[in-house]
Amino acid sequence: MNERLKLRPAANESGIEIQPSYGPQDVERTGGFGFIGEAGAYPFVRGIHPLMYRHRPYTMRQYTGFGNAADTNRRFKYLIANGQTGLNVAFDLPTQCGLDSDDPLAHGEVGRVGMAIDTLRDFEIAFEGIDLDAITVSLTVNGAAPQLIAMYLAMAEKRGYDVAKLRGTAQNDILKEFIGRGTWIYPVEPSVKLVGDTIEYCARHAPKYSPVSVCGYHIRESGANPVQEMAYAFCIAKAYADEAIRRGLDIDEFAGRLSFNFNVFGNIFEQVCKFRAARGLWAKIVKERYGATKPESGWLRMIAGGGGGGLTFEQPEVNIVRGAYYALIAALGGAQTMALCCFDEAYTIPTEYAQRISLRTMQLLIEEMGLADTVDPLGGSWYVETLTNQMRSKMEDAMAEVDSQGGIVKLVAEGAIQAGVSAQAYRMQRAIESGEFRKVGVNCYRNEQAEELDVQMHPYDEADAKRQVARLAEVRTEREGPRVAAALASVRVSAESGSNVMPAIVEAVKAYATVGEITQLLAAVYGRYREPVRF
Amino acid sequence: MTPNYGITGSGPGPDPIAMKRPIKVVVAKPGLDGHDQGAKVVARALMDAGMEVIYTGLRQTPEQVARIAEDEDADVIALSSMAGSHVPFCEKLKPLLEGAGLGDKLWVIGGNLPKQDHTRLRELGFRGIFPSSSRLDDIVQFVKANVA
Repeated sequence: MNERLKLRPAANESGIEIQPSYGPQDVERTGGFGFIGEAGAYPFVRGIHPLMYRHRPYTMRQYTGFGNAADTNRRFKYLIANGQTGLNVAFDLPTQCGLDSDDPLAHGEVGRVGMAIDTLRDFEIAFEGIDLDAITVSLTVNGAAPQLIAMYLAMAEKRGYDVAKLRGTAQNDILKEFIGRGTWIYPVEPSVKLVGDTIEYCARHAPKYSPVSVCGYHIRESGANPVQEMAYAFCIAKAYADEAIRRGLDIDEFAGRLSFNFNVFGNIFEQVCKFRAARGLWAKIVKERYGATKPESGWLRMIAGGGGGGLTFEQPEVNIVRGAYYALIAALGGAQTMALCCFDEAYTIPTEYAQRISLRTMQLLIEEMGLADTVDPLGGSWYVETLTNQMRSKMEDAMAEVDSQGGIVKLVAEGAIQAGVSAQAYRMQRAIESGEFRKVGVNCYRNEQAEELDVQMHPYDEADAKRQVARLAEVRTEREGPRVAAALASVRVSAESGSNVMPAIVEAVKAYATVGEITQLLAAVYGRYREPVRF
Repeated sequence: MTPNYGITGSGPGPDPIAMKRPIKVVVAKPGLDGHDQGAKVVARALMDAGMEVIYTGLRQTPEQVARIAEDEDADVIALSSMAGSHVPFCEKLKPLLEGAGLGDKLWVIGGNLPKQDHTRLRELGFRGIFPSSSRLDDIVQFVKANVA
């Protein structure tokens, strides 16, 4: 063996040793071919649909939003005109944290990292002229998800769509916000209760709508390895399923509308096997633990993409190439939806130019590279099947460890998961700085000249924030005061009584109650989260 | 009432010969930004280097950062900002730190800090500016070299 091969890491990030070559005996040794099956049939390792992209290519859904609703509406239309097939909405931090744009805590942050939403009026503007049957919309919101789901449904209903048939997704995975991303509002237990409220409400009133997208993505970004990414996400998904079942819902009434959001950076084979392994594991959990009888209840429907944690500040143009491999991973992994972080994201909100490159990257795989032609093209490789078996068994071990320590809700509330992933993030950063973990352009093949000049910065316009505050003031004046007051009083009553708050929130947003007004009422009942800082 | 921020810990502790207390750093997450991976990684690096670190947790207002820094008698005030609101935040923080008598302490900031903002951040009193891609050892060395 030559020196270069000897130097390669002998294990992947999940701690699985990688052999120089694989044969059928390796598959047999790790559990055999028995769990693979056919695409579209339990346990769905090869894909949740029999024809996969032949029937319908993955949805392309770049994460987009900035300034106010009108600015974002223009970018949405630009992306749709360029062939994007779904929307993935970025909200600014005040919106995500349940604050109105005129709140003192929102100072300097309105419209900065996403679109500002205060009332239903903003949703009406944001989606003006967009066909909500043709383009499905994913709302990236968690702490303030009850209000924003309510606004989306109310906006669609107002435009004449039948909410009972409306498709779409909300991220609404609050447990991962406590691990990474950080847009929590209320303490852990009432936060989980609110997720239960949205699942229950949607199962009964908007059964085609996906009220939760469980995210391994941000846990991985925070320092988890690929096995932990899936294991923690599934523990979280189980916590929500348990909550829904406590309400009296049957697993088959809601499990088919749970969706997932996973990351793609890292070793190509480890990532693809992660998705194959996870599909089989989730189907098994839903069938064996919950007794689901509908096959689609066990489908791991997912958006796979992003990859921000793998992109680099150094030599940003090389991120275009990384993005192409990440898209390949998502396609080989059988993702239903794809989104890519743009090459300039370590610097700025992506420009139209950068967004278009990401979109073209995803389109290339379908149009030129043959990725939509056949299902699970890596299936049957001795390496891939061995690694899929090994990844699944590691995920099961990691889930069992969480359960043996009291379950994910307890570990998150104590800060234990956070401490674990942050310790790993530190070790990884040290390994990158020492050169032990190779990053091209960072610890090898560096260019030492200034690189930032190559990136065009997205301008932040203070005037947009002022316009947003002005619009909010206008809505507060124009809305029917007594109707708002009565609707907000109902929100408070339902929160205090412990019943499902969603029906009252839907009525309140229809009366143009603000995100912040509803948050304050809920926080008065539930309290606010206090972060357990543990190292 | 217990303070609403985390007490973390420190490395090996004071050098018994020099009899100096370890450098005390308040690592704060300003504003609504929820990206704390970087702040926690830097906090660990400073602890490993023997410093005492107080990590505030997320969502700190300028007033809270100034109060914690004052209460803890910090030698270093370190902010980590990934979501773009660093300039308006620091404009509010500067007079508060000065008012608390912390004008002579070392103020540093790291995160997603576009080059075009570096001059403004220096004007606002931040002597150490560590944009994305900075190395942990460089941060540690800078702090050690610049604490009076």
